[in-house]
Amino acid sequence: MRFGVVRFPGSCDEVDALMACERYGEAELLWHGDRDLRGVDAVVIPGGFSYGDYLRVGAIARFSPVMDAVSDHALHGGPVLGICNGFQVLCEAGLLPGALLPNAGLRFLCRQVDVEVVSGNTPFTRACGAGDMLSIPVKHFSGRYYAPEESLRELDAHGQIILRYAQGHNPNGSVADIAGVCNRDKNVMGLMPHPEHAVDPLTGSSDGGRLFESLATALAPA
Amino acid sequence: MSAGAASADRLAEARALGLTDAEYELIVDKLAREPNQVELAVFSLMWSEHCAYKHSKKLLGRLPTEGPHLLMGPGENAGAVTVGNGLAIAFKVESHNHPSAVEPFQGAATGVGGILRDVFAVGARPIAILDSLRFGELSSGRSRYLLDGAVSGIGHYGNSIGVPTVGGEVYFEGPYEQNCLVNAMCLGIAREDRLIRSAAAGVGNLLVLMGARTGRDGIGGASVLASAELDSEDASKRPTVQIGDPFEEKRLLECCLELLERETLRSLQDLGAAGLSSSSSEMASKGDVGLDIDVSRVPLREDDMEPFEIMVSESQERMLCVIEPDDLAELEEICGRWEVRATAIGEVTEGRRLRVLDGDEVVGDMPVHALVDDCPLYDLEPAAPPEQIYPAPPRVLDPGAHARESLLALLSSHNLASRRPLFEQYDCMVQSRTVRRPEQADAAVLSLASDGGEGAIAVSIDGNGRRVACDPYTGTVEAVLECAANLACVGAEPLGLTNCLNFGKPEKPHVAWQLERSVAGMSDALCELGVPVVGGNVSLYNESGDGPIYPTPVVGMVGALPDAALAPGSGFAEEGHVIAMVSAGLAPSLPGSELAKLWGQELPLGLPDIDVAGVRACIETVRSAARGGGLATVHDVAEGGQAVALAECCLAGGVGARVSVPEASLDALFGEGVGRFLVAGERAAVEGLGDGAAVIGTVGGDALEIEGFGSWTLRELRGASAALAQAFM
Repeated sequence: MRFGVVRFPGSCDEVDALMACERYGEAELLWHGDRDLRGVDAVVIPGGFSYGDYLRVGAIARFSPVMDAVSDHALHGGPVLGICNGFQVLCEAGLLPGALLPNAGLRFLCRQVDVEVVSGNTPFTRACGAGDMLSIPVKHFSGRYYAPEESLRELDAHGQIILRYAQGHNPNGSVADIAGVCNRDKNVMGLMPHPEHAVDPLTGSSDGGRLFESLATALAPA
Repeated sequence: MSAGAASADRLAEARALGLTDAEYELIVDKLAREPNQVELAVFSLMWSEHCAYKHSKKLLGRLPTEGPHLLMGPGENAGAVTVGNGLAIAFKVESHNHPSAVEPFQGAATGVGGILRDVFAVGARPIAILDSLRFGELSSGRSRYLLDGAVSGIGHYGNSIGVPTVGGEVYFEGPYEQNCLVNAMCLGIAREDRLIRSAAAGVGNLLVLMGARTGRDGIGGASVLASAELDSEDASKRPTVQIGDPFEEKRLLECCLELLERETLRSLQDLGAAGLSSSSSEMASKGDVGLDIDVSRVPLREDDMEPFEIMVSESQERMLCVIEPDDLAELEEICGRWEVRATAIGEVTEGRRLRVLDGDEVVGDMPVHALVDDCPLYDLEPAAPPEQIYPAPPRVLDPGAHARESLLALLSSHNLASRRPLFEQYDCMVQSRTVRRPEQADAAVLSLASDGGEGAIAVSIDGNGRRVACDPYTGTVEAVLECAANLACVGAEPLGLTNCLNFGKPEKPHVAWQLERSVAGMSDALCELGVPVVGGNVSLYNESGDGPIYPTPVVGMVGALPDAALAPGSGFAEEGHVIAMVSAGLAPSLPGSELAKLWGQELPLGLPDIDVAGVRACIETVRSAARGGGLATVHDVAEGGQAVALAECCLAGGVGARVSVPEASLDALFGEGVGRFLVAGERAAVEGLGDGAAVIGTVGGDALEIEGFGSWTLRELRGASAALAQAFM
């Protein structure tokens, strides 16, 4: 099982994501200018400020050569996990529904929050049960998830809402406390919390490791 | 026009650039002719207070700069200490006060950008940022504006570039109203054998400018802005403040680190204050060589820039390196990959002259040593003021108030309230080393495991200006001891210190006295602790029409600990844990304290003497206990005294405590002074500390109860401590 972590100029958490992946499988960095995913099984789009994010967050990264390959990978059912900026990029790329707006407080916010697993029925959450609480940090300026009412109903109906902020823990004003969603086929997931910063109790929590563990077991040869 | 008239014009120009008449005469003497416009511009910056340390250099020689862990001392872009396993930690603190007072967001952002470049200029990957901030009271709209802008600016740069901001401090005092302080510290990690110096070497080697294009921003920053006091015309100085671009710097950083990893560079230097002028002349001076720079090859943002403007521009996100001509192709390939502009703009020459060319024309030709070494140094003329020069702070609490009300007033005062509304704006965890985050412990703790190191490092930054205003010598001793105490709380032994001396106008006898006494105190305390200064920065002329700031020596200390997992936190951890006070036996006192400030009391002239050796012993006791793993909680008793420290332990742990203090007085409760720690843990561990530790109570419940003084629910304490949030509404 091999993870590929995309590195854009301006990525910040790519090495953290790489180290988190390495706890559960093999992992390597993928360069933004390459169209080749080097045969990895799962792609992680990490946090940071790709290309500086001086335009709209994620708006430029979606046009990078590597994203063509990531889209192909996703369309063929390959798993893709977007964390924070990665979530923003996947929304911009149309691989995930909705958009991420500036936080309700209009400030960057770094905080440990509790997140509830809504569905354990995805390759990203199969090591969790519905209702499990995970302690994972958030750190972002544009993390307020938004989708129109109708989309939200569809997301709900198709079990695409994967993570919600626990009561009182919504840090950014996300609609319906949504912290993470997936596509209809459940092979592309984006979330604002940083599971790669919750893989070791020494640095705060190991709850985020369960997402990487889920992916590793989902893809392990039977 | 006669020669005399030309000279008079040039002299007038020199004065406008901040040079004295005598300094100008000396430049004419060194050149054996009048300087032209380019040369005058370069000299005026190199001989500014900011670059030449002309009022502080003699004094700084008194600080200890040798130690067993030292790898690189003062003089390089950043100092460095060894942490074992072939790993080095490079670190430095620097000020960006005046730019921040003029434009807080960009001033603070570029302060962070500048200190990051200092650290990767020595070949170290930046792994942590800390900041030390001073503003006027938050009742003032200007102070709220400066605070908001500076915090946003620090976060913007640090968050965007992927370096965690792991700690810091902020105080609000009237004397900083016009002249705020923004000091930023950065730590970096490198393999010891990969540390690189800035000395240019190898005649015929190429000088390559990397990074952003050069524009007109920041022209005169070091002289006009950083080396003169602030006045009412400051808005007009906004164009002298640089604009930061963290994305450009992120690429530059990764690119430089890759070039270093491949051993492509012979030397590396960042472009900070005074831009190309200062970076090139310092590289040449250290390497004992000359440099030719062709300004016509410098990539420009505006194409009609004059040679002197190109030489003095402080445009951000630029680095200068020396490479062998054969390595140019490799450098260009790596820079291309990171989309970093790289242009050979000159070469290393014999003859120790800095020559500025504009194509074929020589537009400046100066001896390097005259630029770097020949600036006149000035003796200070210190004189102790006969009485306190700072006005008493405004009274906000009746001195007759009961202890119950006093503690809540202290907790809600802006100097003591929780810093959460600030530090939540900073990414404290990127790079996955952060084991103790802000408010979890007295010092930030960073694991070295992912770097192949053993154990962890801890870092703290401190400097209470009001205490130094009361007593420049003792106040500075306190700042150093406070930093060492913070490290001891997580079990760390200090390895080195960096300082930023923020003072007023050094020509004033009482400011000179503050500076001289402060450096003496720092030197004595460091000698007693056996900790060297690895480098730092001096920021003078921190004055406005209202007078000087509180003298503010900021010290940042880096230490090492064997096991990050054992590092105690500052919060009470478990019901039933026994609480004790470990003390060096110095009596705490109220004059000069936070409570005295709330009372509106005059600042005393003098603080009680400190038995530094006794405090050192106390710190060592606490350090070894903290390393042992038996203590869950260790917290230094600082501003607000014992009662505030107890409340902080309760708040950080989310649990109450019941204590009785042996001496039932306001001095014992709220008095300040170094050498006291609160510790908590299982009874055996606490009692194992011996006679130095006096058991005062137990952890438990949902209130802090101090026998004979009162009881405060956690909810009450939390409400009071949240006061700073209002500043960010």
